[in-house]
Amino acid sequence: MPDTPQFTRRRLLQSAGGLALASSIAAPSVLLAQSADVIRIGHLTPRTGFLGPLGEYGVMAIDLAVEEINAKGGVMGRKIELLKEDSVNPQTASTKAERMIERDKVACIIGEISSASCLTIAQVAQRTKTLFINTGGNSDALRGSDCKRYMFHVESQNSMYVKTAGRAHLRDGLVKGKKWYSLTADYAFGHDLLKVSKRFMEANGGQFVGDDLVPTDAADFSSYLLKIRDAKPDLVVINLAGNQITNFLKQYAEFGLTFPVGGFGFDTALAWAAGKGNFVGTWPVVWHHLIETPGTKAFVGAFTKKYGKPPENQAWGDYIAMKIVAQTINDLKSAESPKFIEHLEKGAKFDLLKTREGYFRASDHQLMHEMYTVTALPADKVKNQWDIFTSGDPVPGPDESLEVIAATKEENSCTFPA
Amino acid sequence: MLLMQQILNGLLDGVYYLLIALGLSLIFSLGGIVNLAHGAFFAIGAYLTLVISPYLGFGGALVLSPVLVALLGILIERTLFRRFYRSDPILSLLLTFGLAMVAEQALRMIFGAPPLSYSIPQALRGQVVIGNFIYSFYRVVLIGIAVACVAGLWFLLQKTPFGRVVRAGVQNPDMVGALGISLQPYMAAVAALGIGLAGLAGVLLAPIYAVHPAMGNEIITPAFVVVVIGGLGSFWGVVVAALLVGLVKGVMVGIGYSAASTAAIYFLMLLVLLVRPRGLFGERMTRLEQ
Repeated sequence: MPDTPQFTRRRLLQSAGGLALASSIAAPSVLLAQSADVIRIGHLTPRTGFLGPLGEYGVMAIDLAVEEINAKGGVMGRKIELLKEDSVNPQTASTKAERMIERDKVACIIGEISSASCLTIAQVAQRTKTLFINTGGNSDALRGSDCKRYMFHVESQNSMYVKTAGRAHLRDGLVKGKKWYSLTADYAFGHDLLKVSKRFMEANGGQFVGDDLVPTDAADFSSYLLKIRDAKPDLVVINLAGNQITNFLKQYAEFGLTFPVGGFGFDTALAWAAGKGNFVGTWPVVWHHLIETPGTKAFVGAFTKKYGKPPENQAWGDYIAMKIVAQTINDLKSAESPKFIEHLEKGAKFDLLKTREGYFRASDHQLMHEMYTVTALPADKVKNQWDIFTSGDPVPGPDESLEVIAATKEENSCTFPA
Repeated sequence: MLLMQQILNGLLDGVYYLLIALGLSLIFSLGGIVNLAHGAFFAIGAYLTLVISPYLGFGGALVLSPVLVALLGILIERTLFRRFYRSDPILSLLLTFGLAMVAEQALRMIFGAPPLSYSIPQALRGQVVIGNFIYSFYRVVLIGIAVACVAGLWFLLQKTPFGRVVRAGVQNPDMVGALGISLQPYMAAVAALGIGLAGLAGVLLAPIYAVHPAMGNEIITPAFVVVVIGGLGSFWGVVVAALLVGLVKGVMVGIGYSAASTAAIYFLMLLVLLVRPRGLFGERMTRLEQ
């Protein structure tokens, strides 16, 4: 038959492979004309995939920050021009970082959520001697074995999350002599978090009765829920990431399980998506929209006015990183990365919209700042779709050093490569 | 005991894949189009549920949302798919791949990237406990609806004049043409059915999954695996494969190899293809194999 298509399975597989390849190569962007009256900043973060929803908050927030900075006259009298791209995956992130630095001549790169992509961007940053500020990658390894002189971290490391939430669990009597069951995202972030969680449990006299690695594309948790029900843990520990946390919370409520829930990695957008009644447990965050400080109120007000909804914690990271960059360039009257790094390593202080100022620790470039735990409100106490939790006090407390929750040198040591 | 629960739960899980995979298989068998946009229709079905529920409740969304998605399916079949039935398959792959991206981005522009909140309707909450096995009441309802749809589809394809023409078209479209029957309206009907089923799956899973623009991607890959394992053109092949994929995933988690639960279904696909290159119940289709 002359008009039948040449259609074979082999051909089909070839076509599918070709498509997959084509989709992983970034679309070319228009070459930007260089100009002397702007300072370019690169922003890279996942905008698609399972971290995409959080990345979108980062994008909204950095847009707002740049708008505010430019309205006040920019930096060194020049406007900031933001170049934004979807980082997609570690390979693409590295390619795009290279292009932003070498072709578009950005002063620095801000962003990211995936720990794996942070590492590939940091390698480019180190090689090209350009500053990279990580706003969302949590793994301790990025501040330890993989640390880089040209990488700074506004996002807290896993150790800080674990110690912050751990304090709440210690207070609630859920650690010593207790049994935990954990679900862990099966990639760099999750593995690192599991290691830190286990170290915390060992140090405080608790044990794990179950510990499952969850593939990042898993959406159904019923098989895990049956195992958790069977194990009768004292605390269910969720070390998942992105939409998986929402899926888990919805299905946990669906199956009617009532063991206390906690987790060491969290984003408020995921709680909002789970909704009242489904959202349960106590979780650590770097920041949330209900913090009672003038800075936070102003930021939440401006964000809500511009976008019609309050910012979630990822928004804080990208917003504050942009503000730190602008303030530093203005203070130094220079946007050169080596000078920038020297200034931060000397312990420059920054307003972080919290009760105390913070600074970057010179030994691993981690921002030292207050963290918070949020605890889900029971469904009948929830007044609107955003304010579905209550906040604990800042951790560390007012009389403690900010460094008490960070990883110690013994736990995670960084020797910057030359 | 726990393993028995996992086996049962795995089989039940397979039912979700079934709704997606059956439509995928139908559209592929009749028109030769690998619909990479199938997951996008699933997502549209879920988002429509959120839009419709405030006015007509979950019940209203359950009826209206798949119908709207099916109408969208007819529109796309009439304007786009029909141009590609006889062309190089890479073109229809590119078309549906592009369509999937357009749909995902459109959802992102309209509803925003963050996941939206949606819960199980009050009347369908609660759990069913049989012996030591616990299951969600909502999922029992979900599976009931899915099984009814699958049974209805089987009846339509096997016992009606419509189904006879469709099955003949799958086997040999030119012969159907020679007999003076135009396949065009059947193609549109099959696209509406297949895509409508994806929309229905979207409605059914919206209460228990995170509703976000890329949610289709989470379910489309296992659905493709199901179609390949089951074999093209085989109704029961897809049914058996869906249950098998659910079972393998569930048991892998149950026996403590959860990290390999996704890899296991690809391994299963590999094994099936090695032993039976046409899939479990795949028939020889002259038009696809030269």
